[in-house]
Amino acid sequence: MQSVTLKGIHGNWNASPSPHIRDNVTTRGLMRDVCIALLPALACGVYFYGWQSLRVIIACAISAVTSEFAYQKLAKKPVRVNDLSALVTGLLLACNLPPTAPWWLCVIGGVIAIVLIKQIFGGVGQNFFNPALGARAILMISWATQMTAVMAAQPGVMTGVDTVSIATPLAMRYVSEPTPYTIGQLFLGNIPGMLGETSKLALLIGLAYLLARRVITWHIPVTFIGTALILFTIKHGTIFDGSISGVVFSSQQALYQILSGGLFLGAIFMATDYVTSPIHPLGKVVMGVGCGLILFVIREFNPAYPEGCSFAILLMNLLTPLVNRVFKPKMFGERPAPKAVKKTGEVKSVA
Amino acid sequence: MFSASAHTQYRFPGGFHPRDCERTKALTSSAPLTPLAPSDRLILPLTQHIGAPGEPLIKKGDTVALGQIIAASKAAVSAPVHATVSGVVTDVAPCMLPTGVAVPSVILDNDHENRWDDSITPDPNAESRTPAELRERIRAGGLVGMGGAAFPTAVKLNVPQGQTADTLLINGVECEPYLTCDHRSMLENTNELLDGAKLARIILGAKNIIFGVEVNKPDAIKVIRDAIQQRGVKDAHVAELAVRYPQGGEKQLIYAATGRKVPIGALPVSVGVVVLNVSTTIQVSATLRTGKPFIERAFTVTGRVCEPKNLVVRLGTLLSDLVDACGGLQPDAVKLVLGGPMMGVALSRLQVPVTKGSSGLIALDPGEDIPDESPCIHCGRCTRVCPMKLQTTMIDMYVRRRRYESAKAAGVMNCIECGACTYVCPAKRQLTQMCRVGKRMVPLLVK
Repeated sequence: MQSVTLKGIHGNWNASPSPHIRDNVTTRGLMRDVCIALLPALACGVYFYGWQSLRVIIACAISAVTSEFAYQKLAKKPVRVNDLSALVTGLLLACNLPPTAPWWLCVIGGVIAIVLIKQIFGGVGQNFFNPALGARAILMISWATQMTAVMAAQPGVMTGVDTVSIATPLAMRYVSEPTPYTIGQLFLGNIPGMLGETSKLALLIGLAYLLARRVITWHIPVTFIGTALILFTIKHGTIFDGSISGVVFSSQQALYQILSGGLFLGAIFMATDYVTSPIHPLGKVVMGVGCGLILFVIREFNPAYPEGCSFAILLMNLLTPLVNRVFKPKMFGERPAPKAVKKTGEVKSVA
Repeated sequence: MFSASAHTQYRFPGGFHPRDCERTKALTSSAPLTPLAPSDRLILPLTQHIGAPGEPLIKKGDTVALGQIIAASKAAVSAPVHATVSGVVTDVAPCMLPTGVAVPSVILDNDHENRWDDSITPDPNAESRTPAELRERIRAGGLVGMGGAAFPTAVKLNVPQGQTADTLLINGVECEPYLTCDHRSMLENTNELLDGAKLARIILGAKNIIFGVEVNKPDAIKVIRDAIQQRGVKDAHVAELAVRYPQGGEKQLIYAATGRKVPIGALPVSVGVVVLNVSTTIQVSATLRTGKPFIERAFTVTGRVCEPKNLVVRLGTLLSDLVDACGGLQPDAVKLVLGGPMMGVALSRLQVPVTKGSSGLIALDPGEDIPDESPCIHCGRCTRVCPMKLQTTMIDMYVRRRRYESAKAAGVMNCIECGACTYVCPAKRQLTQMCRVGKRMVPLLVK
């Protein structure tokens, strides 16, 4: 609804409905902030797995943005590539791929995320799956070998590394117990895994930025990770047995589970996606708790599939419209006869 | 009992702090109220209030005195209109209101003699009158709420049978950016403000007076506090409120100042509170003491005008005369808004009169023009700031798809049209406007 110019007697005055002033928050600005918040995690991906990670990041970003542009052109829709939402999808997809992913896998992933999961359903704001996660799930099912070909982290070694397939911390618990990974490695990201998921430190820096810029609220990350922590603590009977580093780290403790796999990436960047998560604070808490619960169930009761974060979030994505309906806030004054009403002549608040 | 702390115990749900509130208010916050000489020609719409329309009591060619009643209605909810200058009625004809609606109006040519009507008599002992007598004088004086809603004050001060009002809440919040005329009135007419509040308290039979003022007006808080102390006004105090839009909304202010929630569909008096705007309160004092009806009001002219000012203007003065009195518009003014920037009406022309409920004229530059809409990303900001806790993004979708039953179920009729959702929307959607459309369509189409 553009402002309309009407001819007045004095001249031309713009006429439009109130309000006549606006905040400077824009969709583009929010998406830019998400990109900035992802930078530490992406940088860690490059640092730990070499230049090939950068190749994955660029391939995903170009594929996602180009798909968005091409689809909007072909479908004769307004081109909204400038809102940067496709770039966010591309970067998030890169975070969810192994650093060794071949270029064609990245390109297919970008096309699936944008065309099949986002645009087909009406574009930004209309999709019911997180595009990057939906694409990851489809790639996972279709090209399981390439999608699980993770490599050992080699900090600072940028090129010339032979790709060695190795078990991720979550898979390692079926191989050797205690596992060869220390808590320090799990936290800093010096472990095999998906490109952007391994460094919890980098992801927490991103979280701090998103919270400081008020892009997201604390509800989903805190309740997601918190629920998982509580459930794994109940299961294993211990959060952490005390060894900080240099000591092999048993997977039979909650902290190992929390710091492994895509939980932090999912809780901070994927489950908080505006479009596919509930609007209201209470709904966000439901989303976080639900994700944590499903993650726990998949990881603990399905040995064939050690990681459960993507599917936990995708399942809760599907429940989001229902959660929005059920857990909506009460209207102001909706409950009649509030307790504060006393007709005794006493005023409750005074300054 | 009264703590000196700078914060109120309560905060209404939602709301936000407009980013340019301080800068835009600073344009006029130290500009004293200046009486503007009445123009040669004024336009007085016969209906300037919520309620039954006024019927003209004069005809073309009549000579009228200052303060003479020129239109009235016998209906219970209405307010008479008075001549705001002495002079000759040039015509009685439909004229455009700022909202774009044409209503019957009196076009009055000023004879510049300022002849007051004979009926106007001062009342030295207003305190000894009965509430009904005081209410009648307020009704005859044509008083309506001056904060914008223009609801007849005499009706508001008449507590329905079976209900009591224990608290009179004076609304000095002025939460809209740019506007400062209430702020200046509190500073310059403090005695009249206290007097009007005491008289209104007598009418209501209330015990407490609370002045609700935001902490960005510390000078107003101080002068009101000092005046309460000097004059020994009992059970009166100032509630210092955090700066938050839309705290000037009646239900929001009541909750912020007293902790009482007005139930949906109920009037403030159902929780024992009656709210009066500061300018209205000052006018209550003027009308009851001097007998003078409501003929002029404080008015802010600001933004991209050459000399932003706070003026005291006669009702019926054309906005073009006010702009001229402020040195004209700056070249980059592209939009003219009557009222605050959040809730005011964009004007298509300046040949419209100041009415009882209008508080300011703002000229805006292109930097504040309205951006294009983009799709909703469901960020939830609109529902977070909504003071009524509505799901604005859902209402927006329902109204655009003409699903008015769903819009009604989502509470569209409770929208106060404050504009908060539209202000914060990153997709720049016209959420408030869709709520307005819903509020107009639901009564027509949904049983």
